[in-house]
Amino acid sequence: MISSVSRPQGTERATQRTIDMPFFSKPKYSTVTAPKKKDIPRDMYTRCPSSGEIVYTRELEENLMVVPKSGYHFPLTAPQRIKSLVDEESFEETDSGLFSVDVLGFKGKADYSEKLRRDQAKTQLEDAVLTGTAKMGGIPVCLAVTDFRFLAGSMGSVVGERITRTIERALERRIPILIVSSSGGGARMYEGVISLMQMAKTCSALNRLHEAGVPFISVMADPTYGGVSASFATVGDLNLAEPGARIGFAGPRVIKEGTNETLPEGFQTAEFLMERGLVDQIVPRNQLRKRLIVFLHAFHHGMRPHPEVFGKNGSRRQPVAAAD
Amino acid sequence: MDKPVFSLDFEKPLRELEMRLSELLALSGEQKLDVNDEIAAIERKIEATKREIYLNLTPWQRVQLARHPKRPYALDYVERIFQDFQELHGDRCFGDDQALIGGTAFFNDRAVMLIAQQKGRDTRENLKRNFGMPHPEGYRKALRLMKTAEKFKIPVISLIDTKAAYAGVGSEERHVSEAIGRNLREMAGLRVPIVAIILGEGGSGGALGVGVGNRLLCLEHAYYSVIPPEGCAAILWRDRAFAPEAAAALKLGARELLEQGVADEVIDEPLGGAHLDPDATAESLRRSLRHHLNELMALDTHDLLEQRYKKYREIGSFEERKVAQVAEAVVEEQPQQAEAGR
Repeated sequence: MISSVSRPQGTERATQRTIDMPFFSKPKYSTVTAPKKKDIPRDMYTRCPSSGEIVYTRELEENLMVVPKSGYHFPLTAPQRIKSLVDEESFEETDSGLFSVDVLGFKGKADYSEKLRRDQAKTQLEDAVLTGTAKMGGIPVCLAVTDFRFLAGSMGSVVGERITRTIERALERRIPILIVSSSGGGARMYEGVISLMQMAKTCSALNRLHEAGVPFISVMADPTYGGVSASFATVGDLNLAEPGARIGFAGPRVIKEGTNETLPEGFQTAEFLMERGLVDQIVPRNQLRKRLIVFLHAFHHGMRPHPEVFGKNGSRRQPVAAAD
Repeated sequence: MDKPVFSLDFEKPLRELEMRLSELLALSGEQKLDVNDEIAAIERKIEATKREIYLNLTPWQRVQLARHPKRPYALDYVERIFQDFQELHGDRCFGDDQALIGGTAFFNDRAVMLIAQQKGRDTRENLKRNFGMPHPEGYRKALRLMKTAEKFKIPVISLIDTKAAYAGVGSEERHVSEAIGRNLREMAGLRVPIVAIILGEGGSGGALGVGVGNRLLCLEHAYYSVIPPEGCAAILWRDRAFAPEAAAALKLGARELLEQGVADEVIDEPLGGAHLDPDATAESLRRSLRHHLNELMALDTHDLLEQRYKKYREIGSFEERKVAQVAEAVVEEQPQQAEAGR
């Protein structure tokens, strides 16, 4: 039922709409240009929400948005995340050009089209996931990274489709896939049950990958909830998590209000979940690339990585004949 | 069949007419007055009102019917449709979930594995059944039983009726997300036919966790939703009172599921809902299930898995633009697509 509805590109409607707007009530979409600057930290210094310590913003960025002393992990955007993981200039985006449509017609206070436009402008992304191929330590991989800034990293048709295509590409080429999740909402409610079905769709593709013996590594960043955690994110051959990442099915408030239970200390954090057996390892962000290269070698390559492959361009300076 | 004591808001006009009818009947019995004409008139009016109400149900009214306390639950169908259901307990890890049960049974003398989400009829049973909201153990038990079915090559029938997977501390501590996610992946590859049937509530991941299959059948007043209408209203309208609007927007009714390619067949219920005639509803369900199971049993394993894969692979609604168009679109920030839709 892939319906490629061609959206009228005409400017008539846009003009029409602007004219209809009363002068004093600011048309909502005009706000979309403003947040662009917000993404770039304007201030020279950033306060750590965990320790209260003040950090030089440029230093923070150089440290992959991790506060050096407290180890607090600020969220990464999908492009930042990809850059932090892959061999230099090896990333090639795949399956771009897919756009969400307001199939259910959410209007008024809950206008889906408007939210899509707003977040497209804010993030310069087409939807809440970036997918592609890249190399990590010289090993070709397929990659899908969700971006929390876009509708809380929720999965609708586009996210489901791009992730599924990425899994299918990994299967076809028999190369490992890495999915980095960060989603507050899980399945995107604006697309109703179609979003829910994306959980089954991505997991169906993962089943084929699983049976073919192709590695799938899931990295859970803060936060990973709902339909994303209850589908692909928790069924990796490896489930890795970032320090302090909150991971769960239902949000803590829903649980607290619904059950009156006291939430235990550290509830739903990566550390809490590793203790209870869901997470294989908690990997600090500045070690993630190296760690992933190790696992890719273990599962895909079968040999210990040469120290040089951890370098920025992921390759060995001089090709050496394989040892032994 | 007894008259439902419980009445939904929108059924009030009907209940009033029924009360007048019973008053008239009592009167004619006691005083030997000739009120036959009046009685006939009221009976006609009741019929007309019934049709008016039940043939024009709003999505929100359907949700209420799906949650009707008199609605037949899974085991009410099991005893009418299947023979010799033998419940099998436990996930062999932690416990036995009574909100999500399963076991062997026979359907037209053919062995099947039943998976069923079961709600309670009274408070005591509801405590046992956790109001039909399964814990991770339920999903893990279901998977264990489905794997057994695969091993012995018997089809799986999954009866779905849950508000949601249970959202509680224990549920999270034992990773309900993983239990559901694993079921999705494993059910996609299970080498026997799977027919899933939504009897009442299809509550999001809680339903989908035992809902991946070759066929999805839906009772007429069942719903299947990514989020409960109240939850959607609370988030998008910031007010749960907008649940009727959310229910309409979410397109969660059986017929809408069929239109969206999610459900494969809608099974008619008696006018007014399944609870008014559970036997007739069960019979419709039995006929539909027989038909679909026969079709699936004729497929070889490869085709069976291919069909299941395609069923989900094709669900999605998006616009695919050529790369050149994309560059353009990003530049001009596309403020269109306002009135289209519905």
